[in-house]
Amino acid sequence: MSEDYNDNKTIQAQSSETISGEGGAGVTSDTDYVRPAEVADQDLYHGHSFITKWVFCQDAKVIGVQYFLLATFTGIIGLILSWLMRLQLGFPELAGFMTAEHYYQFVTMHGMIMVVYFLTALFLGGFGNYLIPLMVGARDMVFPYVNMVSFWMFFVAVGVLLASFFVPGGPTGSGWTLYPPQAILEGTPGSGMGIILMCVSLILFVAGFTMGGLNYLITVLQARTRGMTLMRMPLTVWGIFTATVLAMLAFPALLVSALMMSLDKLLGTSFFMPTILKAGEVLEYGGGTPILFQHLFWFFGHPEVYIVALPAFGIISDLISVHSRKNIFGYRMMVWAIVIIGALSFFVWAHHMYVSGMHPWFGFFFATTTLIIAVPTAMKVYNWILTLWRGNIRLNVVMLWCLGFIVTFVNGGITGIFLGNVTVDVPLSDTYFVIAHFHMVMGIAPLMVIMGAVYHWFPLVTGRMLSEKLGKWHFWFTFLGAYSIYFPMHYLGFIGVPRRYFEMYDSPYVTSAVGMNEFISTAAFIVGAAQFILIYNIVTSLKIGKPAGKNPWQANSLEWLTPTVPPEHGNWGDKLPVVHRWPYDFSVPGAKEDFITQTTPPSEVAETEVEKT
Amino acid sequence: MSEPKIEGYKFKPGYSGMAADTASDQTMFKGVHWGKAMMWIFLLSDTFIFSCFLISYMKGRASTPVEWPNPSEVFALNAFGVPVPLLLIAIMTFVLITSSGTMALAVKYGYERNRKMCGWLILATALGGLTFVGMQAFEWSKLIHEGVRPWENPFGAPQFGSFFFMITGFHGTHVSIGVIFLFIYAYKTFAGHYDEGKRGWFTSMKGDYVEIEILGLYWHFVDLVWVFIFAFFYLW
Repeated sequence: MSEDYNDNKTIQAQSSETISGEGGAGVTSDTDYVRPAEVADQDLYHGHSFITKWVFCQDAKVIGVQYFLLATFTGIIGLILSWLMRLQLGFPELAGFMTAEHYYQFVTMHGMIMVVYFLTALFLGGFGNYLIPLMVGARDMVFPYVNMVSFWMFFVAVGVLLASFFVPGGPTGSGWTLYPPQAILEGTPGSGMGIILMCVSLILFVAGFTMGGLNYLITVLQARTRGMTLMRMPLTVWGIFTATVLAMLAFPALLVSALMMSLDKLLGTSFFMPTILKAGEVLEYGGGTPILFQHLFWFFGHPEVYIVALPAFGIISDLISVHSRKNIFGYRMMVWAIVIIGALSFFVWAHHMYVSGMHPWFGFFFATTTLIIAVPTAMKVYNWILTLWRGNIRLNVVMLWCLGFIVTFVNGGITGIFLGNVTVDVPLSDTYFVIAHFHMVMGIAPLMVIMGAVYHWFPLVTGRMLSEKLGKWHFWFTFLGAYSIYFPMHYLGFIGVPRRYFEMYDSPYVTSAVGMNEFISTAAFIVGAAQFILIYNIVTSLKIGKPAGKNPWQANSLEWLTPTVPPEHGNWGDKLPVVHRWPYDFSVPGAKEDFITQTTPPSEVAETEVEKT
Repeated sequence: MSEPKIEGYKFKPGYSGMAADTASDQTMFKGVHWGKAMMWIFLLSDTFIFSCFLISYMKGRASTPVEWPNPSEVFALNAFGVPVPLLLIAIMTFVLITSSGTMALAVKYGYERNRKMCGWLILATALGGLTFVGMQAFEWSKLIHEGVRPWENPFGAPQFGSFFFMITGFHGTHVSIGVIFLFIYAYKTFAGHYDEGKRGWFTSMKGDYVEIEILGLYWHFVDLVWVFIFAFFYLW
């Protein structure tokens, strides 16, 4: 895209075809020209007190860390809930304090916390806030004030969600999909205050996220630095950007369904409530349609999967490229795959509803669109592998997480092809096979990316490296442990063990399932505990970690090229960076070092065979 | 549409030129203020909210077994002893659309640095919006007086009341928020905050007349949504 700007000038040294002998021949005074800035430098509010610097802070980096910490805290609660569930499933004799109601509540809260309040908030709020302005060369998000409000809305949303543990009746136990009519009817745990607080919390989350999302989008669209064309953006930015677009279009459906359900509960409307007989008596409700809720929920719910997955795709592409010292294979293909996956994700939602009694042609349509998504996704997997192929792989902790991600993602993706087909889905629906599938593909796989990203960017945020040794222990426990948890679950699904069951009672498959459940639970306890290795690693490395210095991974993208590491408010000191190339110029033939940063002007690398970007 | 002048940048012709302009460095939408771009994208998201509401309404109306009430009877108003269908709604719609016109003029005078005219027109817009909300409150109280509730409806399907109060309420909230901001902006215009670039109380960012255009975008959107709500509730 070099002709995007500067079309009257000649950039002779930028293309590999124009290399002409020695001495930087072909370099003219125009070689390094980048047209002037369109927009005046950003006007920033600099905090002076502790409160404006660290609490109600408008700096996207601090907000990113705040999002990260709060999301992680919420995620640990989700982890503890999963422990309790596994305790009940594997060793019910030890879980005497748990009733079936508790179990349903833990299932529900675990699901909602992990999907929305942990993964979404962490990828978009955490990594998005920290990385977008740095990676596109902006001083901050475009609306720092709104960005700050976004975090505090999230804070309130989490507070409301956790408050539901302490209200009469406890949190809602209707499953994370919150299907009516059971979600708001007596008999379901938490059908009183629990479901109301859940809906309120979701509405607050959506409102807060919208504020942040507008920031991410406009920063990417309108606040890039000089020379930063769309096709020179790191794939991390592409992933987070596209995921934010999805979120802006999908969360409205969640907001509307949460609002309508709370009205059903609070005012006695019947949006989702059909005529219901309870103990021989007709309830006040009538004439509503529960299927409508399913449509609204999954119109949000399916894009939500990609809201989590696309940032993971983007981040992993950058990590693989940096740590295998090779440019990303098929950059443009990767960008288009992200965009196409994002667009398709709005046309597949009803594959979550095959068993709701839909018309066969409807199922046929959604099965087709679902399976089409496998094409761009598989392209991405091939490109990751081809990036690794013959690369100068540094087998450090970050790379281990990357490899773990690819394996896990392929695994979860293949079971997704099973479930995308109506005829295969119907018998497997509501079994442990589904649990295994989505935990592999949108639980463990994105988590691997988060872990890799933490080890990769920790030096940037804190200026110190994490311990590699502890990191390797952490990785192997998590990777092998996660497989020990979810691989047997596929089998459990095939023998027909239903999900969301408190216990198996005297079912015929109890014999083979019991031992496996004990094994899975044990693995789950170990994997969960292994995560505290990371926390220990972070806490100790803050103090005694090896000082990272500038650009410890020899990466090319802008976030490593700030004048101070860790970057300060305003990111770039006096002068904004000027970008001359994409962030993937690794191991370029003829170059002195195996990386050429994005800000390296063409005249300095005139004799190398750099990609034309 | 004329292209904005960007120093050092030449727009390229044709579709491939459009793609190149879009993918170029710094900005995708050349010369578009950050706030304006933000408002457009917010409105896109808001469009999805209202679409979800209206699609739910269609689905709910199609699925309920009880007959839907006749809008020309339910929404009729007695004028001089004769029930006139849709009278109030016609006035409400007229007022709201007119306020869109005054808003557009306010933006024009703002960019011409005509502080007084701009301020008065914003104030007129705010009053239009206030009138609309007032008439909506009147209509709500009339329906409630006749026994329509979110959970029941003497004229037919209870979902009529549910959807009507929810969707017009959600739209009315939008209008009310717009009115509040219009009053604030009218004050800021009269006080000259946009002329001198006074920093905002919350955001500490410099004031600029572009803010009026951004609020205008929101206001026109709220009017446009009303047209759809009007069509779906009162004409279907």
